[in-house]
Amino acid sequence: MSSRDAILSRIRRSLGANGIDIDRRATVSDRLQRPPKGLIPQRGQLEQSAKVDLFQTMAERAAASVTRLKDASEIPAAVSDYLRSKNLPQAIRRGSDPRLAELDWSSQPNLDVSIGRSAGGELAGLSHAFGGIAESGTLVLASGEENPTTLNFLPEYHLVVIDAEDVAGDMETIWARLRAAYGKGEMPRTVNMVTGPSRSGDIEQTIILGAHGPRSLHIMIVGA
Amino acid sequence: MQVTSPHFKSNVTKALNDVNLQKAMGHVQGGFIQKRVAAANALPEFEALRDAARDIKNHTLAHIDLYLEAWERKVIAAGGHVHWAETAEDARNIVLDICRSLKAKTVTKGKTMIAEEIGLNEFLEEKGITPIETDLGEYIIQIRNEGPSHIIAPAVHVTMEQVVDDFRRVHTHLDPNRSMDDPVTLLSEARDVLREKFLAADVGITGANFLIAETGTSVIVTNEGNGDLTQTLPKAHIVLASIEKITPTLDDVAQILRVLARSATGQDMSVYTTFSTGPRRSDDPDGPGEYHVVVLDNGRSKMLGTEFQEMLRCIRCGACMNHCPVYHSVGGHAYGWVYPGPMGAVLTPSLVGVDKGGHLPNASTFCGRCESVCPMRIPLPKMMRHWREREFEQHLSPPIARWGLKLWAFAAKRPWLYHFGAGIKGPLLAWLGRKNGRFTTMPLAEGWTRHRDLPAPQGKTFQQQWKARKAA
Ligand code: SF4
Repeated sequence: MSSRDAILSRIRRSLGANGIDIDRRATVSDRLQRPPKGLIPQRGQLEQSAKVDLFQTMAERAAASVTRLKDASEIPAAVSDYLRSKNLPQAIRRGSDPRLAELDWSSQPNLDVSIGRSAGGELAGLSHAFGGIAESGTLVLASGEENPTTLNFLPEYHLVVIDAEDVAGDMETIWARLRAAYGKGEMPRTVNMVTGPSRSGDIEQTIILGAHGPRSLHIMIVGA
Repeated sequence: MQVTSPHFKSNVTKALNDVNLQKAMGHVQGGFIQKRVAAANALPEFEALRDAARDIKNHTLAHIDLYLEAWERKVIAAGGHVHWAETAEDARNIVLDICRSLKAKTVTKGKTMIAEEIGLNEFLEEKGITPIETDLGEYIIQIRNEGPSHIIAPAVHVTMEQVVDDFRRVHTHLDPNRSMDDPVTLLSEARDVLREKFLAADVGITGANFLIAETGTSVIVTNEGNGDLTQTLPKAHIVLASIEKITPTLDDVAQILRVLARSATGQDMSVYTTFSTGPRRSDDPDGPGEYHVVVLDNGRSKMLGTEFQEMLRCIRCGACMNHCPVYHSVGGHAYGWVYPGPMGAVLTPSLVGVDKGGHLPNASTFCGRCESVCPMRIPLPKMMRHWREREFEQHLSPPIARWGLKLWAFAAKRPWLYHFGAGIKGPLLAWLGRKNGRFTTMPLAEGWTRHRDLPAPQGKTFQQQWKARKAA
């Protein structure tokens, strides 16, 4: 008997189940087909602009910095300003996300914009979020060429654009949107939920920002 | 990892006399407890979410075989590989085979308790493969050649001065006279040293907080980002997960996540919650070329259908040990294996046998705080009592007299613990003496009470006293 069969049959013996159990199978396939939503805290159940405000509050509480932009066209200047404020070189790396690609980067002639994954040497990376979760101030990023996962972790400064309308009240709403975008039961290779910059409390339980991931997380919320 | 649980008594004596340990353990008591309470109080639905989380896991355990099968189908469909391991040895060999197939020389590791459980590091080293721990706490204990003493804060027993000494000893390529007088400097030194290792590793190994049946996804929850670098950069990502990590749907995971970080560190969400499904895709510039999950039983399937089944709801948040007066006094190593504190006292005998781990449940005051904070509402004290009964039936009861009294003497000298101990004595005695109104046994002072038969006090429960005391 394979290890797989041995484990599964031991489980069934322990549970007193026989494997062809029709009711149990129906219960399982029903839950997988129609996932029950569970208990959603009131905190994020607000009208959209209040959701965005809560998202900002919670993200800041998690030590992210946040700026609000009226329009996407302001992004290149905002990126340049942020880098300057941190005394960083005018260089940023991003993926091929069309929402970033269509911007007029030439408006910032000193800003060097390169495209692709991070190889580890870049100081600042720019991503476009799939969405956000107001309840906890969490960014949701989906992997792929458009927003390579390495940009979320290797650069010391991570700048993330999120459209205000993509801020959801709760994680469950994000799941519904992911199912709609990628297909039921399907996921991008990686979904990163990011709440603030990296940190460690491993030395005498003192929280210090800037562990292996970015030392700073800067969020640009676009739109009202 | 070698089991020293049978030597619990001498482990405790050693721990109580360890000055550095006692200093370091002072950091557990304040922070974790206050942060958890603040986070829980800030979410009105917290208690209801604990019920929901418990119900989800109960449902899952009752259908665990079917959810595992569904999950496996999805992993394979996404291009991943599932390996079933009945024992620790099976799991080690599976990992070794994958590493050899890729001619791996170095392996980076995110924090995984399963790797500790199966003794993976020692094994890989023996086979000529270098494992590198990348979680700061795990890295510290690796260079100290120690095991973890806490499930989410593995180096909680180490003082900053000790870390400085260890870094000077190991990071010999750096200036020996460099200044290292604050944790920030130490963290950036570790970051720089490990960054090179991330980029050079052939294989990355992580644990999993959840496996999701709906999508074939594994989930890690971290604050440092080390787990993500571990799994994103190398040629292959190996996930080590035990069978009970399976959870039906994304929505179910969302429910449990709301109680996980709050109970563990008092965060609403940990910094990084990462959902991984299969290997790198054709349009993706990042990610591992191969994605493997080793799903480990190692005694867990036998817990199903027994009085210990509920232990399989555990999400490894660490709250039970953060609130345990015994753990505060003796630290995690005294428990003698991978899992310390109340959850370890229940799990260790289940996984390594009652003969080796069966007297760990004696390391309890039955104060009930672990159960009162466990997000999954696991009745830890009840299960510790079950083990005591079993151990008794098997005539394995060890002589636990003196270390117990020592522990209490130690507690009495510490203001916080004394405060705590004073509040607990009454109800503890009341509980133990409930049956006949006499008190004939006390978990931490058996030798003492063997000679003295005390009248059992009547009184309020521990929780009532605790609340009254806090309000006062
Ligand atoms: S037993 Fe409960 S409190 Fe302890 S680690 Fe497990 S889930 Fe957390």
